[in-house]
Amino acid sequence: MSLSNTKNLLEVNNLRVNFRTPDGFVTAVNDLNFTLAQGETLGIVGESGSGKSQTAFALMGLLAGNGVIEGEARFNEQNILTLNEKAMNRIRSKEIAMIFQDPMTSLNPYMKVGKQLMEVLMLHKGMSKAEAFEASVKMLDAVKMPEARKRMNMYPHEFSGGMRQRVMIAMALLCQPKLLIADEPTTALDVTVQAQILTLLNELKDDFNTSIIMITHDLGVVAGLCDKVLVMYAGQTMEYGTAEDVFYRPTHPYTQGLLKAIPRLDADDEKLSTIPGNPPNLLHMPSGCPFQTRCEFAKERCGESMPELKEFAPGQLRACHKSVDGWIA
Amino acid sequence: MNTSNNVLMEVNNLKVHFNIKSDNAWPWEKGQSLKAVDGVNLTIYAGETLGVVGESGCGKSTLARALLRLVPITEGNVVWLGQDLTDLDKKQMRSKRQELQMIFQDPLASLDPRMTVGDIIAEPLRTFRPELSKEAVKAEVRNIMDRVGLLPNVINRYPHEFSGGQCQRIGIARALILKPKLVVCDEPVSALDVSIQAQVVNLLKELQAEMGLSLVFIAHDLSVVKHISDRVLVMYLGNAVELASKRALYENPQHPYTKALMSAVPVPDPKVERGKKIQLLTGDLPSPISPPSGCVFRTRCPHANEGCAQQKPILQVLSNEHQAACSRLADIT
Repeated sequence: MSLSNTKNLLEVNNLRVNFRTPDGFVTAVNDLNFTLAQGETLGIVGESGSGKSQTAFALMGLLAGNGVIEGEARFNEQNILTLNEKAMNRIRSKEIAMIFQDPMTSLNPYMKVGKQLMEVLMLHKGMSKAEAFEASVKMLDAVKMPEARKRMNMYPHEFSGGMRQRVMIAMALLCQPKLLIADEPTTALDVTVQAQILTLLNELKDDFNTSIIMITHDLGVVAGLCDKVLVMYAGQTMEYGTAEDVFYRPTHPYTQGLLKAIPRLDADDEKLSTIPGNPPNLLHMPSGCPFQTRCEFAKERCGESMPELKEFAPGQLRACHKSVDGWIA
Repeated sequence: MNTSNNVLMEVNNLKVHFNIKSDNAWPWEKGQSLKAVDGVNLTIYAGETLGVVGESGCGKSTLARALLRLVPITEGNVVWLGQDLTDLDKKQMRSKRQELQMIFQDPLASLDPRMTVGDIIAEPLRTFRPELSKEAVKAEVRNIMDRVGLLPNVINRYPHEFSGGQCQRIGIARALILKPKLVVCDEPVSALDVSIQAQVVNLLKELQAEMGLSLVFIAHDLSVVKHISDRVLVMYLGNAVELASKRALYENPQHPYTKALMSAVPVPDPKVERGKKIQLLTGDLPSPISPPSGCVFRTRCPHANEGCAQQKPILQVLSNEHQAACSRLADIT
């Protein structure tokens, strides 16, 4: 699956995340494969429970205690899934950083924002307090925080939601990581603030040539930011391709349904088309393709086996028994 | 456009101020007032859907609650079918609640976890129509469950056994079983996934057509509001900034805040999204405890001048289906 000639920064092969629960084994992420080149932005889209966040947690080594990882994720040729805590800590923040969904609960409410930022630099880069302070102020300026110097001495509760998310982004970028994983960074924010944050991420992408994995349920956010899109459903990859391919030429019934179900500001339809039913319970997955119970094209064979994720056009992959223009006999 | 003879509700200069006192204030110190809704006027007609949009803290949920008198009203009044709701005592208000129902944002939190689905949906009937026999109640419950797309065999289950979308259907059934005239929906689909959101929006639209309901639909998502509303009210910091028919508002927004809000909504289309010009707002929402003088939006408005600080603009009628509150409309278009 080589999609570009440039050297890949991240290569995820057959990633599988299982959870041991009292009710049985749950597979949250099932055989995930993707590659990411330096400077590229990948959007992972899916509804709640599709495994998109668990993918991010697995890559960062932040899975809950009952999580079990299989497969590999090669970052700069090194498999980061088997690293021990100490080695992983050297990679976190310096090489891979993460922005979490809820900026309030991911900042420490007892610590001044400045101290939380400086801590990162002092720990990872061995800077002195004074150096770390100046570098932190500079980074807050870079994420367009007004009166950055004054705000270093403030606590997270004194910031608005958008400001807190800027602090999170600044914190993630302090060590200039090669890869930034953003897990629903704008979901908790208002649209005007979301627009500010997305503009900021776009600028950072250009300035630092950072690769970004953008995890979101909002296809509009993906459209503006991402080069490639991976659509997940119940832990499986449904479709993978460039943003243009996925948005203009979606071939998987789930992607098609999802795109049609979004009410759009620039369109005027009387009735929204819907995908009937509910996402499956991961404990009681349907046999074969997880989407078959809601798919309008589903046939017998969809219940028998999970379709393989196959490349059907250069750079565009899909997992569906139905062929692009109809059924294969 | 609607004529005046089918007015359901009229809201006149509605203000909801909350009294806030800091924890370490002296007992004789006066608290500050938080102006959650600060002088809103609007009319709701029979059978229409009025969308209310705005960002968090703009007072849209407080407005919704004030319409049903679920929060104390500081000033102004809410006239329901010719009767001023603010004059009613608790008992009289209670009898009115049959006609005014609400659907809440968090589908799971708004259902009692210790009641079965059947009991939850039947509760309004048992409260307001105690004369009904057990069988009659059951028949009504079955009927409404069928209308909202709940299978009859789930009647004895508990809310935790359902997904978010299913819970919202239960909430809708509970609100509609008394056949109300007006249903206030406070962000009914914000907590739901896209594919489920479309199901619930379509359901609300169908039920409205079937039962002739009026809806007040509150949301922060402009695309959803566009889809379901006939008229839309845009709020900012407790004030109505623009009120217009759906077409007029989305095709030709007038107020600078509405314009900024519209441009910020991401569109699921890579070419459109990358090519479009976003009007970024600078700064943060001012505090509703000490809102700016004059026009509340002036601190973030790209067109503000000294005049904006002097006088608070009121909604001006631009055409028979479009009103906006901005004193500089003539200069900025």
